[in-house]
Amino acid sequence: MCGTCGCGDPKNVVSISLPGEKQKIEVHTHEHKHGDKFHSHEHEHHTHDHDHSHAQQRVIEVEQDILSANNLLAARNRGYFDAKNVLSINLMSSPGSGKTSLLEKTIVALKEQLNLYVVEGDQQTMNDANRIDKAGAPVVQVNTGNGCHLDADMVNQAVKKLQIKENSLVFIENVGNLVCPSLFDLGESKRVVIISVTEGDDKPLKYPVIFKSADICIINKIDLLPYVDFDVKKVKEYALQVNHHLTFFEVSAKTDEGLSEWYGWLTENFNAK
Amino acid sequence: MHEMSIALSIVDIAEKEFKKSGAAKVTELELEIGLLAGIEYDALEFAMQMAVKNTVLEKAVLKLDKPAGLAKCNDCGLEFEVKEMIFSCPDCKGYNNSLIRGKELRVKSLLVDD
Ligand SMILES: Nc1nc2c(ncn2[C@@H]2O[C@H](COP(=O)(O)OP(=O)(O)OP(=O)(O)O)[C@@H](O)[C@H]2O)c(=O)[nH]1
Ligand SMILES: [Mg+2]
Ligand SMILES: [Zn+2]
Repeated sequence: MCGTCGCGDPKNVVSISLPGEKQKIEVHTHEHKHGDKFHSHEHEHHTHDHDHSHAQQRVIEVEQDILSANNLLAARNRGYFDAKNVLSINLMSSPGSGKTSLLEKTIVALKEQLNLYVVEGDQQTMNDANRIDKAGAPVVQVNTGNGCHLDADMVNQAVKKLQIKENSLVFIENVGNLVCPSLFDLGESKRVVIISVTEGDDKPLKYPVIFKSADICIINKIDLLPYVDFDVKKVKEYALQVNHHLTFFEVSAKTDEGLSEWYGWLTENFNAK
Repeated sequence: MHEMSIALSIVDIAEKEFKKSGAAKVTELELEIGLLAGIEYDALEFAMQMAVKNTVLEKAVLKLDKPAGLAKCNDCGLEFEVKEMIFSCPDCKGYNNSLIRGKELRVKSLLVDD
């Protein structure tokens, strides 16, 4: 069995739920079957080929992208978003950098002028969905079980469940993880990576892949700058070495400092799509 | 650890191809994983050991190609090889570069016995 990811573990079930909803819907566990079919195939073959003493070797050219299944579904999501004139934002960060806090503030500030929706990704609990619900936006919680990232299939199902209207803004809060989400295209319009000032200013150098794949970098918890050794100039310099095209916002989801620039970027991109 | 989902996708793809081929067994699996693909090679090899258990790939030799990347400097136009995630132009030292190659994530081929 696949001990590490728990794909052989019957408890590892992905669920997608609305706040207050009891019944849970199973999406995929891992699809690949362990074995059986192929064993019997092998046996069959052996009995037929009994008298052949040496096997024939040949090469099968596969040349297939490993992420093709996900990329295909991501393309489908993108088509769906385009058709509905939806701006979709994938929010990625370490656990606790402030993704949900930023969304709570954003919802309260913008919900009167924009149709907002949220897909929440966490391994366990409805906690974040309940926070978003309270802030006042329709939300679906995806629990990934042992999974360390959202994939396009989960987003596809979550978005269907939200029944989003045309001309909307959908936030997708990825599972708190600075590594794994970066490889999985969800069909989003823009990618945002959040780093908080308590995490150390060398994060872009330590985790370059996620910074490379992002369009926007939000530096959060700047209200804590007086208490930590975090050099904002340095973190930007490092992040720009990794990704020359990053745009930065310095914010505090606690004191609201810098948030109006973030809202400005959102509305501007919403209107431009 | 996303290497595990990558490993499971690899096994999926290989199993399907194997089934199509009607061959008896797989002796080698060749992958192409670029140096800038965002994959930790050790983690992937470890994940593959788990993922191939009780599949047709269990006894197959894993061959891992690790092609270097190719980037182009947007300031001076130079094309150069890259082997790390963070790189600058060897000529003008700028960071305004476009990656042309290096993020390969492919199942290349299977070697099978009939
Ligand atoms: N001081 C300060 N605290 C913040 C700020 N933003 C978030 N926090 C706190 O940081 C903690 C984590 O915030 P969340 O919004 O839950 O972080 P998250 O990224 O959604 O976390 P996960 O979903 O678990 O990955 C909470 O205690 C927040 O109150 C900020 O700007 N300043
Ligand atoms: Mg959260
Ligand atoms: Zn140059």
